Amino acid sequence: MGGSIAAIGMGLAVIGAGIGIGNIGAKAMEAISRQPEAVGDIRSNMILMAALVEGAALIAIVIAFLVA
Amino acid sequence: MSKIKKYLLVVFGALLFISNVAVAQHDHNHDHSGQDHSTHDHDKKGHKGDHAKDGHGGHHAKVICGIKKEHKFFVPGETAFHHVADANVYSIGPWSIPLPCILYAPSEGFSFFSSGKFEANKEHHGSGDYAYKGYILDEGTVKRVVDPSFTKDKVKINGGILHKMEMVDKKEKEVTYLCHNGKLSKVDRSSTADFGLFGGGITSFYDFSITKNVATMLLMFAFLAWMFIGIARKYTARRGQAPKGLQAVIEPVFLFIQEEVTKPFLGAKWEKYQPFLMSLFFFILGLNLFGQIPFLGGSNVTGNLAVTMVLAIFAFFVVNLSGNKHYWEHIFWMPGVPAWVKTILTPVEFLGVFIKPLTLMLRLFANITAGHMVMVIFVGLIFVFGKGNPFPSYATVIPSTLLTVFMMAIELLVAFIQAFVFTILTASYIGAAIEDHGHHEEAHH
Repeated sequence: MGGSIAAIGMGLAVIGAGIGIGNIGAKAMEAISRQPEAVGDIRSNMILMAALVEGAALIAIVIAFLVA
Repeated sequence: MSKIKKYLLVVFGALLFISNVAVAQHDHNHDHSGQDHSTHDHDKKGHKGDHAKDGHGGHHAKVICGIKKEHKFFVPGETAFHHVADANVYSIGPWSIPLPCILYAPSEGFSFFSSGKFEANKEHHGSGDYAYKGYILDEGTVKRVVDPSFTKDKVKINGGILHKMEMVDKKEKEVTYLCHNGKLSKVDRSSTADFGLFGGGITSFYDFSITKNVATMLLMFAFLAWMFIGIARKYTARRGQAPKGLQAVIEPVFLFIQEEVTKPFLGAKWEKYQPFLMSLFFFILGLNLFGQIPFLGGSNVTGNLAVTMVLAIFAFFVVNLSGNKHYWEHIFWMPGVPAWVKTILTPVEFLGVFIKPLTLMLRLFANITAGHMVMVIFVGLIFVFGKGNPFPSYATVIPSTLLTVFMMAIELLVAFIQAFVFTILTASYIGAAIEDHGHHEEAHH
């Protein structure tokens, strides 16, 4: 039982991270199309931001694993 | 040149296909072998005939020490976990390369021997047929028989190894038992320093062996040292000339990290931290890529929590030991905010000091482990759909090969991205710690 609830919580956390990373990707694409010459800067910042968002989801996943 | 590349791609695909066919072969052999090990043969036709006659499904029971051992058919999750775990033997296909075991049991002291003493079984990769000095090899991992009266000689296990789910400290855990000479004895896993969260905590012995992961790391260390020393020599020998050979391969990657990561994030002090960041990047990248080489055992080194933890601890110390006055001021007494906000900000910022390396550790671990597990499960589709019958298992080979190739392409990308992300985040944390006061438009969290 605890395991299933943990799995649902893990899924919710991943939805949040998915929305976050999706927004980052969309905005980065937009920025690249507006300013194609800044593609290098935008790409590395995009990866950095995506990694930070991912971090929050990872902590949720690990806690889900621990309580399961 | 491009033609050679095309041929190489075809050869690679064919090799994967053949190996998956071998997996399918193993699938319905496996079903048969549950019943009788000794008459197991490699005659395919004979097998098919047997299948038609017996018509047995996937449920076999073998009685070990009075306990019925269900022949578990195929559990994708369990198999995947077993394949991404560290091991005391290096198995490539049916072959096992023995590795040195360095084991310490407080009651007996140190014992050194090769894991070849366990004589790993070819059928059930990683499980040893023999016990030695009271240690056994179960699914690639060395475990110890708790009973002190158990023989210390090398003996053939005449019963088998059992896994049972038991309640230990109000938590359901898998406990291993060894059946030898009709007697059931409990078997311990090696101690783990996780206070029993993931493993068993402190048990009756410690494992300091050169495991598969350690061996891979040593190999990677030797390879990187050889490569970079060679390249460095070339730079002095060929001063002012265009790069050549390996030098030309590594230079763009090196310069990419230098221009994208170290210089923008570290400002004027980039040269001081360049060696650390470059070592991190190439070590992680090398191990990620080595794990992706098919048919080489797929060492999941960067997908091991202990390995990524050590890397993150290095990052933690480098960041915090190079932190200047402003860095600590921003953590404990954020300037420019009202006092009541500081009471909230200070604990959050203080926790952030530890959460940063924690996420570094988890990100690399989770990404690489997930990649390896997906690969195992795609190959495992053959077992899921085949269920031991020849036709469906051979039919699943084609989609399984295509999915595996697709996943490998993605994993190649992930190998680069994760190495890059680890480096860029470490660089940004160091950058935030050494930043001079005056220009902090960059967010620090």
